[in-house]
Amino acid sequence: MKKLLSIFAVVAFAFSAHAGTLDDVKNRGFLKCGVTTGLAGFAAPDDSGEWAGLDADMCRAVAVAVFGDRSKVEFITTTGKSRFPTLASGEVDMLARNTTWTISRDVNLGFEFVGVNFYDGQGFMVPSALGVSSATELDGATVCIQTGTTTELNLADFFRLNGISYEALPIETNDEGKENLFAGRCDVYTTDASGLSSTRAAASNPDKWVVLPEIISKEPLGPLVRHGDHQWGDVVRWSLNAMIIAEELGITSENVDAQTSSNVPEVLRLLGVEGNYGEMLELSNDWAYQIIKQIGNYSESYEANVGPDTPLEIARGLNALWTQGGILYAPPFR
Amino acid sequence: MRSNLGFFSDEKFRSIFFQTLVVGLFALGLFFVISTTSYNLEKRNIATGWSFLQNPAGFDISFSPFLEFKSTDTHLKVYFVGVLNTLLVSITGCIAATILGFILGIVRLSSNWLLSRLVYIYVEFSRNVPLLLQIILWYSILIQLPRVKQSLEVLDVFYISNRGLYSPRPIFENGFSYVLIAIVLALISSFLITRWAKKRQDKTGQQFPVFSSSIGLIFIVPLILFFILGSPLSFEHPELKGFNFKGGLVIRPEFIAMFLALSIYTAAFISEIVRAGIMSVSKGQREASAAIGLKQTWIMRLIIIPQALRVIVPPLTSQYLNLTKNSSLGIAVGYADLVHGFGGISLNQTGQAIECMAIVMATYLSISLTISFFMNIYNRSIQFKEK
Repeated sequence: MKKLLSIFAVVAFAFSAHAGTLDDVKNRGFLKCGVTTGLAGFAAPDDSGEWAGLDADMCRAVAVAVFGDRSKVEFITTTGKSRFPTLASGEVDMLARNTTWTISRDVNLGFEFVGVNFYDGQGFMVPSALGVSSATELDGATVCIQTGTTTELNLADFFRLNGISYEALPIETNDEGKENLFAGRCDVYTTDASGLSSTRAAASNPDKWVVLPEIISKEPLGPLVRHGDHQWGDVVRWSLNAMIIAEELGITSENVDAQTSSNVPEVLRLLGVEGNYGEMLELSNDWAYQIIKQIGNYSESYEANVGPDTPLEIARGLNALWTQGGILYAPPFR
Repeated sequence: MRSNLGFFSDEKFRSIFFQTLVVGLFALGLFFVISTTSYNLEKRNIATGWSFLQNPAGFDISFSPFLEFKSTDTHLKVYFVGVLNTLLVSITGCIAATILGFILGIVRLSSNWLLSRLVYIYVEFSRNVPLLLQIILWYSILIQLPRVKQSLEVLDVFYISNRGLYSPRPIFENGFSYVLIAIVLALISSFLITRWAKKRQDKTGQQFPVFSSSIGLIFIVPLILFFILGSPLSFEHPELKGFNFKGGLVIRPEFIAMFLALSIYTAAFISEIVRAGIMSVSKGQREASAAIGLKQTWIMRLIIIPQALRVIVPPLTSQYLNLTKNSSLGIAVGYADLVHGFGGISLNQTGQAIECMAIVMATYLSISLTISFFMNIYNRSIQFKEK
């Protein structure tokens, strides 16, 4: 009986206790990263079936930091609803999934947001044929909305505040929203402005759709991990920060090799030439060098996935560096 | 060795031993599940408790035909809206599935080759294609209907678009309550007439036209009263204003898709149950009743169906339970049922997954047990009573 009990105790321990996520990831040999079911520019399979986008790059950056190899990542798709249980249950190591940082998610749900990789805000998209130029003209409209999102709450607040009525059509994924909007089941689709740009870019005729000027909320989107595993949180946080600092210092995937012989101390610290910051994170000392080499700095990732030259055509705006009129700011690397 | 196992060869002891063992292992398993869960919840700093039910929901539910819902209402009200919507689609679905199932079951047995083959194809198709696909199929068809500005107009009062079916809403004016009272009185008296007529027929063999007199009482008397009172009923017609129709009654495509898919899917199973029930009544019964000169319709109504019902009702109950549980697929098309509203949106906004799921499960359990309870009463009432 004693033996039986101890077996149970071991099983219970195995179910309840987690070794550090970083060790788990290293032992497994690849990173499990939760992404959207497909949002062009953020995380969506490209023509060759490879996941691409700003969030996908975030996942790859962490994989590079841990393994030095951008392919050591498994992308796991999550809906607006399933993302939190998936992370909480340990099915993924981190989420990079257009997730808004809010107090209740940070505190009550037991997660830790490690930073912001895209400053967004909620907007509205309507068919241009509707002739609507402002969201306050939407009295009585049917609005398609993804459930389980902060968008849902902002929407209710916005219409209540402006004293206008609407009918909500709650849908599960961005694709369903697109389908219902294009079929005319709803007049308006509301989600983060970046998501609207992405949906518009995917339409057969983007000119038929307009994104209204109102931005009705703050939506800082960022990667998150389970609360309590600070070592792992640090790895993800500094993978993101490394990309931002690299842009600040003017290090790109092209000039990174030349920069290793730079005379700027912070560049040398970031690239692992000086100091032992990699060891502090229990990573190899060239982890940031590898991120920049294999993924690029924040600007490169932004321009390739969502910037003005992509179908999404999103200007840097708030997402420019703090030195260039935006609010993107990373703590110093020292 | 033998002496050690002495009391183990006692059958009574052995059975008690194994039963205790099984119950003990089950309790132990349950204990580990619960303790591991609460340990992990605590470890991940996930708050638990029921207080979230009193917090304002913060989101809107548009499909709430019975309760008015605002975003400032509580999660508890989200729950009630969800329960009502689940009951709405379940009850209407069960009624439609029963009617359709009985008709199809009888038609399937018809001697008309074409009709019976058509039903056969229908049954095989709809019970062999997953319900979820059928729901999505109906929904995709419905949202391909004309847009709201190009709504189809039927008889100048109904409007059909991919936003739903709009019809005039009846507005009851002063005096309409008398008509309602008249209908209730007519229902009671036709029930009494039926009983009296049955008693008289048992005693004297004379028949009374129960059906036509009941129809007269229930429809014609209230109708005459209605006109005497000066038609105390008017209609509010839906009108296209801005983005949508305003006023009138509306049936949403999400509801229609759920209703159609659930009732058509379940009707296929019910028709097979009905067919089996009818075939279980021995051929001799039909021949004997024909021999004493009963009409075909009477044979069906008085001889075959009452005996078939004994076979039909128990599996019919489980079809009702299936339909009710299947209504939880409403989330696929955004139908705001219990699982979608409370078990989905509230769960997500509050993060109280275990609490929400426990409530949703307890609710489905209660609904199912209630259905079983009433169906069992009905089942007992139609069973063969030995005298």
